[in-house]
Amino acid sequence: MALPEVKQTATEARLATLTMPDAGCTRAAREDALARVLEMGLPGRRDEYWKYTRPDTLISAEQPHAALFHSDEPLLFGNLDRLKIVFIDGVFSAEESDDLELEGVNIDRIEDICCKDIHWAKELYGVLEARGQSPVQRPLAALNTAFAADGVAIHVTGKPAKPISLIYRHASETSDAMLHHIIRVESGAEVTILENGPAASRFNKCIEIDIADGGTLHHVRAQGRDHERCAATHMFTRLGQESVYKSFTLTVNGVLTRNEQVIELTGDDAIAHVAGACVGDGDFHHDDTVFVTHDAVNCESRQVFKKVLRNGATGVFQGKILVKEGAQKTDGYQISQSLLLDDDSQFLAKPELEIYADDVACSHGSTSGAIDDTALFYLRSRGVSVKDATNMLTLAFLAEAVDEIEDEVLSEAIVNRLEGWLSRHI
Amino acid sequence: MLEIKNLHVKLEEEEKQILKGVDLTVEAGKVHAIMGPNGSGKSTLSYVLSGRDGYEVTEGSATLEGEDLLEMEPEERAAAGIFLAFQYPVEIPGVGNMTFLRTAVNAQRKARGEDELSAADFLKEVRAKAKSLKIDADMLKRPVNVGFSGGEKKRNEILQMAMLEPKMCILDETDSGLDVDAMKLVAEGVNALRDEGRGFLVITHYQRLLDHIKPDVVHIMADGRIVKTGGPELALEVENNGYADILAEVN
Ligand SMILES: Nc1ncnc2c1ncn2[C@@H]1O[C@H](COP(=O)(O)OP(=O)(O)OP(=O)(O)O)[C@@H](O)[C@H]1O
Ligand SMILES: [Mg+2]
Repeated sequence: MALPEVKQTATEARLATLTMPDAGCTRAAREDALARVLEMGLPGRRDEYWKYTRPDTLISAEQPHAALFHSDEPLLFGNLDRLKIVFIDGVFSAEESDDLELEGVNIDRIEDICCKDIHWAKELYGVLEARGQSPVQRPLAALNTAFAADGVAIHVTGKPAKPISLIYRHASETSDAMLHHIIRVESGAEVTILENGPAASRFNKCIEIDIADGGTLHHVRAQGRDHERCAATHMFTRLGQESVYKSFTLTVNGVLTRNEQVIELTGDDAIAHVAGACVGDGDFHHDDTVFVTHDAVNCESRQVFKKVLRNGATGVFQGKILVKEGAQKTDGYQISQSLLLDDDSQFLAKPELEIYADDVACSHGSTSGAIDDTALFYLRSRGVSVKDATNMLTLAFLAEAVDEIEDEVLSEAIVNRLEGWLSRHI
Repeated sequence: MLEIKNLHVKLEEEEKQILKGVDLTVEAGKVHAIMGPNGSGKSTLSYVLSGRDGYEVTEGSATLEGEDLLEMEPEERAAAGIFLAFQYPVEIPGVGNMTFLRTAVNAQRKARGEDELSAADFLKEVRAKAKSLKIDADMLKRPVNVGFSGGEKKRNEILQMAMLEPKMCILDETDSGLDVDAMKLVAEGVNALRDEGRGFLVITHYQRLLDHIKPDVVHIMADGRIVKTGGPELALEVENNGYADILAEVN
């Protein structure tokens, strides 16, 4: 079917600015991905899936521009023992990174998976992304598979003693970066992946995660504070039997962010939790789009998204739980809430359930509200200032999402970040 | 200590006059009780004194040790020494009871130019005071009032009062919802704070609480005014005969 002309033109214009890396064995996956892009076209304003978020700046052929932001805050996860992998404007920096040696895990750059003949990686690159294209199209992820210039392949075979920390620095005001990581967690293995930093003026990132039976992956991400940066990210996760995936994202400012999580529970008794806390101000626009597919028995999924919006900021949540035929004893939970600190801000939510099994417990809820006056008065009547009381209630609102982080050191680091934002903004 | 003169209060949003000229003075070291029929304005008085939004003072004044309360923000009143034990304590999910208490204690100390309490000293004090109110460690860790029983909420109010050591304690029906033993605990908590420099205003419907907390003065409030003032015997009269006689007498 031919694409609408506007979409066709926009897609061609964007593609004209990109060159496919000459990356040996991923070449075929990249060509396939490009074919998907050509067939789907890049997202447009009229697409149902982009109803609440304008994709214009994410797909435009023009060079992006975002001022660099210098913060005097201490570095996130700064004191934490971790294996650092640094990307500057989307390019791996060997100089800034640690040695990629850690017991229980093998880490390689995507460009090396061919010469080293790493089979699992060749078999994963682009595969989960392609699976994730139906029933909803995600052209920006296909674009990423085709054109990502860098990224790492992380093979977890044991229980590495420290987290693997992907650090994304933003150095050029006109950087336009695409990263594609693939992660395979073997049976019984367990790893924590951290991500932080603004990455680039425009950032398109895709991670494909394959967790084998009994494997566990914890993911904690903090998206950088540069006000003018925009980002579209995708995480495609497939879970085997009794495996666990827990992901948390903090977003503090950034003019446009779209985070998609596509999760497929394919083995019985698997658990997937995704959570997000975001705080935004002014022209901030933040979109969480989640699609969870239950395709096995007795699996649990949980989505907890909280947004604090102020000064005309916009928050979007599109979350779907699809329970396939036969996925009995599914336990699906989804909540999305916003705290609007003034009348100018808005929250748009589209929660969806689609269930084809009969023995399931699924719930979803979405709310939007202001600070509770009664609670505020109660705190103030005990001597707490309006500002501190508002901060306490705001953190309390976000707590349900932050509590999804199991590691206390990590959740404290995130709470510190939030306190920093509050002290600057309220 | 607390001086209320000719206080008239209406709702901000509606033309509804609730307090219609309240006159009341609580001296330091004294316990005053207020009784009165439902809807007579007792809680409204306590809210107006502690600075809740939604009310408009149209006439009159309220001062604490000569300072104009009505000009102050709620947190300033708290630092000046006003404390209200709420008729309906508020549940605050996500805020730990302990964190809340510590923030409140230190905010008030800071406002008065005192040093903050160290974490260790604070903990020691809270534990001791909680123990005497039979509040267990688990309740201190839980979010403020969330899932507390009615009686637990009231004891938690008294714990806050004990930690904050206010000058002027206003208790709005702290006895309602308490079992006999809990009422004794609460009364002991209040009596422990009785002090020459501290005043109490105890709002209640029942004589029972006043058996344990002996008031110096009892006021009857009706239709937004104090209509009768007397000694502890006035509370007994209400307990035995209700308000009909008193109201008939003043009308
Ligand atoms: N925010 C409000 N909106 C509407 N009416 C109000 C409001 N606050 C108080 N009132 C009214 O003012 C009157 C006094 O209420 P208040 O709560 O002060 O009574 P009270 O003496 O404490 O009664 P009770 O013994 O039942 O606790 C009542 O008629 C009540 O309905
Ligand atoms: Mg009342």
